[in-house]
Amino acid sequence: MRQPVATTQDITLELGLYKGMVELREFELKVQELYRDGKLPGFVHLYIGEEAVATGVCAHLKPNDLVYSTHRGHGHALAKGVTAREVMAELYGKATGCSGGRGGSMHMYAPEYGFMGTNGIVGGGIPLATGSALSAQLRKSGQVVIAFFGDGAVNSGSFHESVNIAAIWNLPVVFVCENNLYATETAFHRATKNTSVASRAAAYGLPGVEVDGNDVMAVYEAAGTAIDKARSNGGPTLIECKTYRIVGHHEGDPGTDYRTKEEVESWKRRCPIKTFRERTLASGGVAKEQFDEINLNVERWLEDAVEFARSSPDPDPNSVLDHILCEEPETRR
Amino acid sequence: MTNGLREITYVDAGVEALREEMLRDETLIYLGQGIGPRGGNFRQTRGLWKEFGDHRLRDTGICELGATGVGIGAAMAGSRVVVDEVFLDFILEAMTQVVQQAANVHYSSNGKIKVPVVIRGAMGSVRNAGSHHSHAFYAWFAHTPGLKVVVPSTPADAKGLMKTAIRDDGPVIFIEHKGLYNSKGMIPDGEYLIPFGQAKICREGSDLTLVAVGRMVQLALEAAARLEQEGVSVEVIDPRTIVPLDRKTIVDSIRKTGRVAIVDEAPATCGFSGELFAIACEDCFDDLDGPPLRICSLAAPNPFSPVLENQMIPSLERVVSEIQRSLDS
Repeated sequence: MRQPVATTQDITLELGLYKGMVELREFELKVQELYRDGKLPGFVHLYIGEEAVATGVCAHLKPNDLVYSTHRGHGHALAKGVTAREVMAELYGKATGCSGGRGGSMHMYAPEYGFMGTNGIVGGGIPLATGSALSAQLRKSGQVVIAFFGDGAVNSGSFHESVNIAAIWNLPVVFVCENNLYATETAFHRATKNTSVASRAAAYGLPGVEVDGNDVMAVYEAAGTAIDKARSNGGPTLIECKTYRIVGHHEGDPGTDYRTKEEVESWKRRCPIKTFRERTLASGGVAKEQFDEINLNVERWLEDAVEFARSSPDPDPNSVLDHILCEEPETRR
Repeated sequence: MTNGLREITYVDAGVEALREEMLRDETLIYLGQGIGPRGGNFRQTRGLWKEFGDHRLRDTGICELGATGVGIGAAMAGSRVVVDEVFLDFILEAMTQVVQQAANVHYSSNGKIKVPVVIRGAMGSVRNAGSHHSHAFYAWFAHTPGLKVVVPSTPADAKGLMKTAIRDDGPVIFIEHKGLYNSKGMIPDGEYLIPFGQAKICREGSDLTLVAVGRMVQLALEAAARLEQEGVSVEVIDPRTIVPLDRKTIVDSIRKTGRVAIVDEAPATCGFSGELFAIACEDCFDDLDGPPLRICSLAAPNPFSPVLENQMIPSLERVVSEIQRSLDS
C-alpha cells in the first residue's frame, strides 16, 4: 500500500511509471506521423490513451516473465523491455527489427525479453499465454504469464476456454482485459449483455477485479496483487482495465463514425499521463523539472530509435524461405 | 517370429513411442480428452497415465480451441507437447491456433521461437461413422507453410515417425487412420526413429508406380497383388510424410515405370493426389507413357449408409479396374 507521505521509493516508482507512459505515448505519436508520411508499410493500431495499462502491469514483471499481446501491441512490447530500436525497425520491416522484418506490427516476437508476440488475431494470444503458464507451472520456473487482450476478445471461445482451463489448473497467468469500449467499431454494450468483464470471472471460479485503466497507480496495485498471487501458486486473476483509445481503431480510421466527438474529448481529458502528472505534482515529492527531464530524454530515445530503424538494412530477399520449418529433428542423440 | 522383430498393433506402437519419449524427456506432456485414466478413446495412451500421472497426461474438457492453443503455448515456453484431438475432425474447432499461431510463429519470429508440438488426430472412414467423424483432410495442413504432416500406414512407421515427430522442434500434424489402429505388423525390438521425408517402397515393380498414404497403402498393395496375377508389375510407394515430401523417390520410380497412379481417401479436388499429379508432369513429363491417374474418394461428405460410403471411397475393385483401363488405353 502507498504511504500517505511520499517516500523515496514512491518517488522512484512514480518517475518510473511516468517515464514508461511517456515512452509509449511518444513512440505511438511518432509511429502515427511516420505512417501518415507513408514511411511504414502495413497497418498499425496505436495504443494512444491506454498507456497506463501496459506500464502499470509490466512494472512488476521480471525479465523471464512472459507477455502475450494483441494487434495493439507496441506498448506492451516496449513496456516488457523490447528496445525502441527493435520495435521501430520492425515497423519499418527492417532486418534489425525484433522479428527481422518477418513480423511487422501485429507479429512482433522478442522471446529474449519475454515478449511472446503481438497478435493479428483477436483472442489469439490468450490460449498461448495459458499454455505458457502451464509450462511454467510444470517446469517450476517461477515465471508469471500475462495475457493482454481487449473487450473485443472476451466474447470469443478463445477467452472462455482459456480462462476456464487456467482456473481449473490453477495456472500462473494474469488475464488483463483492456476494455476500451469498442471492438473495432462495435460498442461493447452492443456486443454483450453483461458489460462487466470482471464479473465474468465468477463464472470460471477465479477472482475478477475492475480498475480504472487510466489510473496507472490503480493498475499497478491491482496487477501487483494478481502477479504476486500467480507467482506464489495462488492461481490466475482476471483484471478488467476500463480505458479508451483516443485515436481510431487503426491509423487511417478517424474513429468518429461510431463515437461522438464529445465522448472522445471527455476521454482525452482523462489522459492517463496528464492526470498522473498533475496529481503527482500536486501531492509534492516529484518536481516538475524531473518530469520535464524525462520528456526530454524520451525525445532523444525516440530519435535514436527512428534513426536506427531508418538506417538499418532491409532483409535479404533470398532469405524469404528461411525459418519456415525448424531445424531437422535430432533423430540420433 | 523373425529374430529382433516382434508383432504389435498400430495403436500399441504409438503407445510405445510415447512411453519411450516420456521416459527420455521429462518436459514432454500430453493433452487431450479422455487420454488419462481412460487411456484414450482408441486406447492410444493405454497405461501411460498410470505410469506418468496427471502432470504429464492431462485430460482436458471438450474445448479443442483452448486445449490446442494451450498445447502450442506450452511448447512456445519450453515444454515438449503432444495435443491429441482424438478424432482429426475435431481439430476444426482449433484451426486458428494451428494455422495462424503454430504454423507461423517460428517464421514470423525470425526463427527465435520454437514450437515443439505434435498435434495428433485419427482420420478417415471406419465403421460408417458418418460425415462428422470420417474426414481425410490432411492436405489442408500440407497447404499451410510451417507445418509438417505425417500419415503413417504401418505399426513400424507409426512408432518411428511418432518418435521423430516428438523430437521435432516445430509443429507436426500426426495423422493416424482409425481403421488401422487394430492392424498388426512387425517392429524392431530396440529403439529406432524414422526420419521425415523418406518414402518407403512397399513393393517393387516395373509397369506402374502406385502412390498412397495411410490406410490406402494396404489397398494399393492388395491391388498390386491382384494386378500381378494379370501380368502387371506395380511398384507401391508410401511417402509416409506429406511434408516434407520425398519427391526424389517418387520421381525416380515414375521415370522407371513410365506410369503413375495415386490412390487417395481424400477427394481429388485440390488434393494431395493433384500435387503428385503435378510432380509427375513437372519432373517426368517425357518419361510418361500415359497421363497420371487419380483414384480418389468421390467428392461427397461421408455418407452413413455402408452401401453409399463404399461407393464413395476407393475400393479394391475400383483401383484395379481403373488401373487396367488406363493401361489398356
